[in-house]
Amino acid sequence: MARKLMKGNEVIAAAAINAGCRYFFGYPITPQNEIPEYMARELPKVGGVYVQAESEVAAINMVYGAAGAGARVLTSSSSPGISLMQEGISYIAGAELPCVLVNIMRAGPGLGGVQPSQADYFQATKGGGHGDYHVLVLAPANLQEAADLTQSAFDLADRYRNPVMVLADGMIGQLMEPVELLPARPAVDLPPKDWATTGTATSGGRRRVINSLYLYPDQLEQHVHALYAKYAAMEHAEVRYELHQCDDAEVVIVAYGTTSRIARSAIEKCRRLGLRVGLLRPITLYPFPFAAFEQVIARTQAFLVVEMSMGQMLDDVKIAVAGRKPISFYGRTGGIVPTPEEVVKQVQALLGGGP
Amino acid sequence: MAEERIIIAGFGGQGILMIGKLLAQAGMLEGKHVTWLPSYGPEMRGGTANCHVIISDAPIGAPMVTEATGVIAMNLPSLDRFEGSVQPGGWLLLNSSLIPRVPARSDLRILPVPVNEIAQQQGSQRVANVVMLGACLALSRLVQRASIVAAIEEVLGHGKQHLLAINLNALEAGLAFASPVPV
Repeated sequence: MARKLMKGNEVIAAAAINAGCRYFFGYPITPQNEIPEYMARELPKVGGVYVQAESEVAAINMVYGAAGAGARVLTSSSSPGISLMQEGISYIAGAELPCVLVNIMRAGPGLGGVQPSQADYFQATKGGGHGDYHVLVLAPANLQEAADLTQSAFDLADRYRNPVMVLADGMIGQLMEPVELLPARPAVDLPPKDWATTGTATSGGRRRVINSLYLYPDQLEQHVHALYAKYAAMEHAEVRYELHQCDDAEVVIVAYGTTSRIARSAIEKCRRLGLRVGLLRPITLYPFPFAAFEQVIARTQAFLVVEMSMGQMLDDVKIAVAGRKPISFYGRTGGIVPTPEEVVKQVQALLGGGP
Repeated sequence: MAEERIIIAGFGGQGILMIGKLLAQAGMLEGKHVTWLPSYGPEMRGGTANCHVIISDAPIGAPMVTEATGVIAMNLPSLDRFEGSVQPGGWLLLNSSLIPRVPARSDLRILPVPVNEIAQQQGSQRVANVVMLGACLALSRLVQRASIVAAIEEVLGHGKQHLLAINLNALEAGLAFASPVPV
């Protein structure tokens, strides 16, 4: 397939359809509206169903239903809408159902603003809803990666019977870049959905029940342990990250998504100034690439975490570094995107060099 | 060309985002790395629009333009806001049909283009943005003329082929106005 100039939100929607997603339930919110717009237009053409729900709470429960029936299903929203969905996400995780969620983050708290932000990291990676659970979180930094990760998200969701979130922000949602979409392909070596409520005619007359209610504590503890065995398997097999120019780096910048692109530009400027700087870019935010830090920690003098938040991923970096090297933080919030020049200044302050 | 970083700004409805899209599309057709980033926030509700386009030989990091190699200002507020964003030696195109003042910068290649009048001569004010695109090509050599023509054909698609001629004429008129380029 030829490369096509596409908007980030459209890329995610198109990749979802290519991955076999045939159901979308959502409610409009800036800056992700091109996703429901694309789905409303394109899903009916492939025999799919698009429903604009009366609210995000309704939408996530429609997702719960479709996922329970074994369908590949997507919802998308932006920060305040994702907050409304948290109860449903907890139920879906508790009921062990696969679905894909997209959060095109905007600035909060509250209704906040519509400009890009990364301040939903805690919500995405540390639970969000109630109870002991995780969703697998994928953070694309460019549109080709947004396409590839969205397609992978459906496979990962089916493999682990768990919600998978594609976490990006308004800049990636609104950006256009050339993208080559993978052709529609059948899912490979995935477990059969022998738990789906598709009617007793297809389940050998046996009733299948989907539920997250366990009134007996010993049963619930057993259930949560089983969930955590699944998360341990994800932590073992699904961690993704990128190291960029880390071989000789004295300062390693840690950033994901949009801020990793800004860091990349800053690193180019730093290198021209003779400053040895590299990038550690988490691609999976949960599971977080803790082990990746072991590859760089011996050489690096300091880590610099850059986020569009007041410092959320910073906590995971602190766990990874465990006090062995100093960690600095630079964040902008409120919808302000840091510039490469601002990041260069932070590096200069750390290394004590340059103008 | 290593990396061209362009800001295009004006009123909503002037085809600002389309100029950027055509440049990005043409760059992509030439095998370059490209990004196109629109403004979408509260500033749009004030009636102004801008987009940032990067065309590069190398993968692109930050998609927002902080040190522009060129700026297209289609109205006065855009000139006021972005004149200072061009790096020394860069270029600045302004819509002199709407902008009454001359830029203060003396370290840039500057070309005022009366795009509304030129577009009117081609038959419609609505192609003023494509006139400016033609002038931009002549001044900046960002992409090949043939790539822009292909991009226009692609963007118009099957449904708007009847608009192809007027757009191509507008492109030529812009190229003709700006070439030979005053330095």
